[in-house]
Amino acid sequence: METALFILLALGSILSALLVITTPSPIASALYLVVTFFCIAGLYVLLAAPLLAAIQIIVYAGAVLVLVLFVIMLLNLKRIEEKISRGWKSAGIVVTILLLGISFAAIAASTAVLVLGTTGAPMGFGKVATLGSLLFTQYLYPFEVVSVLLLLAIVGAVAIIRKQGSS
Amino acid sequence: MTIQLSHYLLLSAVLFSIGAAGVLTRKNLIVIFMALELMMNAVNLSFVAVARYMGDAAGQLIVFFVICVAAAEVAVGLAILIALWRHKGSMHIDTLAAMKW
Repeated sequence: METALFILLALGSILSALLVITTPSPIASALYLVVTFFCIAGLYVLLAAPLLAAIQIIVYAGAVLVLVLFVIMLLNLKRIEEKISRGWKSAGIVVTILLLGISFAAIAASTAVLVLGTTGAPMGFGKVATLGSLLFTQYLYPFEVVSVLLLLAIVGAVAIIRKQGSS
Repeated sequence: MTIQLSHYLLLSAVLFSIGAAGVLTRKNLIVIFMALELMMNAVNLSFVAVARYMGDAAGQLIVFFVICVAAAEVAVGLAILIALWRHKGSMHIDTLAAMKW
């Protein structure tokens, strides 16, 4: 059951990721990206991380993609002329294949073969209470830093978009 | 066949490479931006898989922080894209050449 789900979600995420980078229209790319994010959220559930799956859907598939779609529609973006020299495109593909080959070789050389599954995880692993107590004790400092970062991002985004000369 | 750690890591490597291919071969800034998000998700997936393998919830917290940083990055990145659109009227990556040597 878990094996079948993993294969389904993995194939779905790879297929929709390929469609994201090959579709000419930006809107279609964004919609395929939503599918990828949902597949990855499903994989998180298989990995005993239900909280992260929920956050993935709320933040990525919800907030981030809505923002991206909003910008695409606000700017009325059509597909743009993508004249890429053949050399540049093949260089990109060669670099990607090299990257893939190196990571495949590194992973194949590893001996970590512990069988995964949602059963057999430690008690409370991935539960909201476990993560919350870690977040507010051991990782309190990075948590506070992240809140400042989010504030800075809000202020920065408004400052960048503000029209010149208006105060 | 049972699912092992290496399967998750391989899937993560494939997704990362697809994202890298998108960044390298597309010219539309919005699509490049989405490919970047894809790469970040691939790394998150391997973090969660290794956290499950080690039985350590800290790996899941790192993903939590990465998602926060990604949200901030999206806000600022899209603001820059809108400002670029306002100044140049284009989303082509070649219009971003002011700092080119």
